[in-house]
Parts: sequence; C-alpha cells; structure tokens
Amino acid sequence: MKSIKLAVAGAAIASLLSTPNVIAQAKEQFFPVLVYRTGAYAPNGSQWANGYVDYLKLVNAKGGINGVKISFEECETAYATDRGVECYERLKGKNGGATLFQPLSTGVTFALTEKAPVDKIPLITAGYGRSESQNGAVFTWNFPLLGTYWVGAEVAIQHIAKKEGGVAKLKGRKIALVYHDSPYGKEPIPVLQELARNHGFELQLLPVAHPGVEQKATWLQVRQQKPDYVLLWGWGVMNSTALREAQSTGYPREKMIGIWWAGAEPDVKDVAEGAKGYNALTLQHGAEPNAKVVKDLRELVYAKGQGTGPKEDVGQVLYMRGLISAMLGVEGVRKAQERYGKGKVMSGEQVRWGLENLSLDQKTLDGMGFAGVMRPVQTSCLDHMGSSWVRVHTWSGSKWEFTSDWYQADEKVLRPMVMLASSKYAEEKKLKPRTPEECKK
Amino acid sequence: MLYRENGQFKTSYADDQQLFPIAQDRWSILALTVFAFIGIPLLVDEYLLRAILIPFLILSLAALGVNILVGYCGQITLGAGAFMAVGAYAAYNFHSRLPGMPLVLSMLLGGVTAALVGIFFGIPSLRVRGLYLAVATLAAQFFTDWVFLRVPWFTDHAASGSVSVSNLQILGWQIAEPVDKYLFCLFWLTVFALLAKNMTRSAIGRQWMAIRDMDVAAEVIGIRPLFAKLSAFAVSSFYVGTAGALWGFIHLSSWEPAAFSVDRSFQLLFMVIIGGLGSIMGSFFGAAFIVILPIVLNQFLPALGRLVGLNISTAGVSHAELIIFGSLIIFFLIKEPHGIARLWSTGKEKLRLWPFPH
Repeated sequence: MKSIKLAVAGAAIASLLSTPNVIAQAKEQFFPVLVYRTGAYAPNGSQWANGYVDYLKLVNAKGGINGVKISFEECETAYATDRGVECYERLKGKNGGATLFQPLSTGVTFALTEKAPVDKIPLITAGYGRSESQNGAVFTWNFPLLGTYWVGAEVAIQHIAKKEGGVAKLKGRKIALVYHDSPYGKEPIPVLQELARNHGFELQLLPVAHPGVEQKATWLQVRQQKPDYVLLWGWGVMNSTALREAQSTGYPREKMIGIWWAGAEPDVKDVAEGAKGYNALTLQHGAEPNAKVVKDLRELVYAKGQGTGPKEDVGQVLYMRGLISAMLGVEGVRKAQERYGKGKVMSGEQVRWGLENLSLDQKTLDGMGFAGVMRPVQTSCLDHMGSSWVRVHTWSGSKWEFTSDWYQADEKVLRPMVMLASSKYAEEKKLKPRTPEECKK
Repeated sequence: MLYRENGQFKTSYADDQQLFPIAQDRWSILALTVFAFIGIPLLVDEYLLRAILIPFLILSLAALGVNILVGYCGQITLGAGAFMAVGAYAAYNFHSRLPGMPLVLSMLLGGVTAALVGIFFGIPSLRVRGLYLAVATLAAQFFTDWVFLRVPWFTDHAASGSVSVSNLQILGWQIAEPVDKYLFCLFWLTVFALLAKNMTRSAIGRQWMAIRDMDVAAEVIGIRPLFAKLSAFAVSSFYVGTAGALWGFIHLSSWEPAAFSVDRSFQLLFMVIIGGLGSIMGSFFGAAFIVILPIVLNQFLPALGRLVGLNISTAGVSHAELIIFGSLIIFFLIKEPHGIARLWSTGKEKLRLWPFPH
C-alpha cells in the first residue's frame, strides 16, 4: 500500500510541477526578486528586499510605468549559489518573461553571467558583482550600475590620502584589508595592489572565513602589525564581529573604513557606542529617512498597510539600496518604452537597450524624489556603470552621518584595469567585443 | 498479482546471477532508462531540466560514490565535498591548461586526481575508524577549501577566485542546451551506476562488505584491509570527483570553492543515510529526497497557502521548508532506519503477496 500511496503522491507532485506556469497576463511587467530573508545574512538581505519590493509597489500606486503595472515574485536564495540558480531558472520564464535579474550575491552573479546572454535577460548588480563587467562591449548583459568594488577600493585610498594630507604621504604607510574570503571579498584586491605599487604603501591581506564570526586570529595580526588603516570588506555578521574585535583589541574605529556592504544599520546597531567613529563608503546614498521618495512611500504604501517590512526600517541604508536598485530597473524599462512604444510590456532585450541608454540627470532624479540622495547616472554601450560618485559616512553611535564630500573614482586607474580584465574574459570565452557600430543598433 | 516471479525458471548460473533476476524488474528498469533517455527530453520543460533533473543526476552520482565508501566499506567520510572540489578543479585545470583536451578525458582525469587525493586522505582509515575517521576526513574538507581559496595557481590566477568554463563539446556535439546537458549527465550516470552495481557484486565489492561487517574476521579469511579500504577510498573518490567535475562544468559552469563547502559533504552523507546505506538504489532515493523535496516544498507551500486563502511570506516559506524537511528526515529515520531503499524492498516483498497476504 505504501508504494501505491507514494506513487499517487509522486504523480500529484509531478502534475503540480508540469502545469504550465506561463499564464499570459495582460500588460504586466514582471520583476523577479531574488532575496535572502533567511540564513546567515538575513538581517541585511531582508532590508534590501523590503526596499526593492516597496519601490515596485510605489510605482504601481502611482499608476505603473506609463500605465504598465508591475508584477513581481520573490524567491529565496539564502545566499547560496545553487539555490540562486534554481530561482533564476524558476522565474525567468514566468508571467511572460523576466524583465531583469538582480542577484544580490557575487557568487550568483558569476553563475548568471554565463546564463543571461543565452536567455537574453539583463543583470543589474548595483554596487556589487564583477567589476570588469563595466565594459559593456564584452559584458553585454551585465550592469554594475552606480559603481563597483573597484570604485570603492579606489575611493577608499583617495579618502585616506586626503586625511593624511596628500597622496605623497601614503608612502610607507600600512593599510590592511580585512575581507570576507569569497569572490566578493577578493574583488578589491587587484585595485589595491595596483595602488600600493603606485603610491608606495604596504598592503596587508587578512582573509576571514565565511560566515565571519571567528576573527580572533585576524585581529591579533592587526594588533601585532599595527596598520595605519583597516579596510573592511565584510558582510552580515562578519561586520559587527569585526567591530567588536576592533573594540577589544583597541584598534581605533576612526581608522576603519568599510565598503557599503559593511556600512548599514544592522552592522553597527548592536555595537552602538563601540562602533562610534567607524566609517563606511557609500556608493552615492546613505540612510535617507527624509528623502521625498521615502515620504511618498510612507504616504502611498505604508499608510495603506501595504508595506513589506517594519515601518522603522524605511529609509535605512540597505533599504535605500534595495529601493534604488529597483528604481534603476524601472527607469531602464521606462527608457526602453521611449524607443519601443510607451505603455507596452518590454522584453529583456528591449530593457537591456533601456539600461544601456539610461540618462538620469539631476532634474529627473529630484523630480522622482531623490534630491540629495543621488547624483546623475549616465550609461552607454561601453560604460555599463553610469556613475562613480562616492561619499563617506560615519557612525555617530546612533545613526549614520555623512562626513565627506563627494568623491569620484579615478578613471585613469580603473579604466585600463577594466579593459584588461574584460578582454581576458572575452579571450577565454572566445567572445567578440561589440564594435561602436553594433552598439548603435 | 502482476509482480510475481512464478514461471520464471533459471536454468543456468548466468540467469541466476544476472543483475535483475526478476523479469518485471528487468523490464521496468529498462523502460525507465529508455523513458529517461527519450521520453523526458521530449516532455519536460527547461526549468525542470536545468533546476531539478540535472542537479539530481549529478548528486546521485556523488551519493553513489559516497555510498561505496560509507555503505559498502563502512568507512564514514565527511570529506565528500572536498573530493568533489578536487575533481572539479583538476578537470578545470586539465581542460584549460592543455589545449585540445577532450572534455570527457579531462573529466575522467579530474576523477583520477580525486581518487589519488582520496587514497591519501584514506590512509588514516588504516588506523582509526568510526567517528574518529569522520573527523580525519573532515581535514580533507578544510584542506581543499584552503587550497582552492589560497593557491591562485589552481584557479588560473583569477582575481576573484571564481573559475568558469564554456564552449563544451564532444566530437562536435555542443553541450549548450539544457537537453544536451541532461543527456550527457544521464549517459555518464548510467554507465557509472551500472559499473558500480557490478563492482559491488564482484570480488572487490565482497571484500569491502567483509571489511564493513567485521574487519578482523575479514583479515583472518585473507582479505587485505589495506587494499580493500584504500580501493574503496579510490573508487569512491573517483565517483565523487567526476560528479564534482559535472557539477562545475555542466551545472554551474562558473563556480567558487563555496560550491563544495562542508555543507555539501554533510548533504551527501545524509543522502546516503536517508536513501539507504549499502544500496545503489538508495543513492538515487537519497539524492531525490534531498535535492528535489526542498524545491517542491518551496513551490508547493505558497500554492497550498493560497488555496486556503493564506499569503505566506518568502521567509515563512523558507522556514516552513526547513521544518517540514527536518521532520521528514526524523520520520524516515524512526520508521525505517535502513533508509528509503529498505522501504522500497519491503514494498516489493508485500507486492509479491498482494492481494493475498498471509
């Protein structure tokens, strides 16, 4: 009997799986949302996801993209590459086809970079992903909008130079990089090595194994070698652990600079006073509870009880990151509609054109409620990044406050590295980079 | 009624010793294989192939390898993920460093490299056993994690430590479409599963089982523990290594050491324990249980929730998935400690008597 029951259950499951999941829906632009609300990185991941989904809801509340409503579906990856790939496969064909994907994990980004060109779906990796994918001639489908880890690394050194009183003063200094031992954490190393050669500072690499709760040995090394600055390339629980260890070893938090993944409320909240003075790079925005777009959200989404997350989180750093990531995707669709027909549902290929020709000037951004949050973004066929503006913010013990002016990454340093790395990739994959003529199509 | 062997007389030793002595078994397995090769590519969609069937096939192969070592030879290992990693990275290096290297050959060489590493890490098994051996093999896991993260040569000096392969082909057959990938994995699995089944029935398989059941007694009757244990490590690691190469090349096509973390080792060990120790069939059951069930639950729960008017959040589904999955593991281990494979054979026994059980 058991086997019969099993067989019946099996058949039921099989029929469930094989039901055609593509149901034609009238005029809805489908945004798949890869999230991690569980696992080691959940506190950070859920804020991002809330911001992302809330912005899509806001667009719908305002009438959609030129009348086209947005539909979306979440899929939980738990920051695991294989689950991320499964989610991608599950969602890419749903509801008339995915508009774009935002993988929110360097590992998943690497895996999807191989798949997106086949399926013709753009990947937005706003602030993360592969740094060399800035070169749109080779990485046709990747969009590391608003900056990459290389931008972050370069600006971090600029910031240190400014504090020290000039690039010349960097000579002989020691800068340590405490990083998450994964493709994410390793991403800035080539740029830092290049800059160390140029400016004559000494770079120390201190890896921390996933998930990063065990850092005693790392900080012992920091104490022994006394680097002048520590760059923190951590994620999730690793950041608060690092700050606690810095506190207990007595390393000054003022000399620590984190990347934006290490510069949000969940990272410092538990350490509170202990993290006072700690700096983090922001690729454009920080915590923006007073921005107009956030006010809109409170009025049009949260006041109606349709908010995705807790109300207090709205406007926090990672929430804003999710929100802006969604906004960039939506603007890509809007741009594509300008060319391929307003009020129509755009395909992945059309959205790619839109993202490649994104041109958000200050007036447009201000009009959308991003005044004071963002600076203009302008992409092109060769530049899929669009902007390299960075600010530094500092934890005051209770909130993040901007403590620096706007920096812009030095293209003279980064561009050759991007070209070199992307042409190596093209060679490996036997890809032919797009020519300027092909770009115009 | 249908499943009965009345009238099937064996008139020769060959008949008696064949793989599937019962005709019904033989034909249904054959039909299943034919269906897998011809029916499935025609019927299922891309999602099912890429997200469920291909991972299932590859991890079945890996579970098979682990089963040879743990189930047949009785040597507990927690280093399966490590051998997968060795297989994947070795195959990658053979494939990318030697121009014109055929795909199949580089995968087989990846397996051979994994086998050599497996023999090396199997040496402690000559002295320690049981849980102590598990801890010793765990060293392999941490060692390979470290090597592939730290030694840039293995990842061809990739800045991020992530490697990727593309343009896979065998004699002009481009393995790009999901169907091609599926068929490639299926072919590979069929050949090696058949090989494993026969290996476990042959002299070497019997030696492994003798060592598993009582190594002192086995030694007394003339089985060399050194040879038996290390050969089990070698064969097992070869299987696991080629599975790792398939996982990297065919399934992910771009990977980092985290793809073969200690979680993977545990996952493979659980597959074997839940599926059935010392059973080839059990490896498939275990892989199906661990690969497919969470994904099915993940998709099934929201649909179920909507049916009763409940909107479950993404995190809620994820948590529920873990809870249900965990309870099912406990349920199976209590109901049938010998794994799903035993459940299957009990079912077959009952089917023989049906509808007149005595």
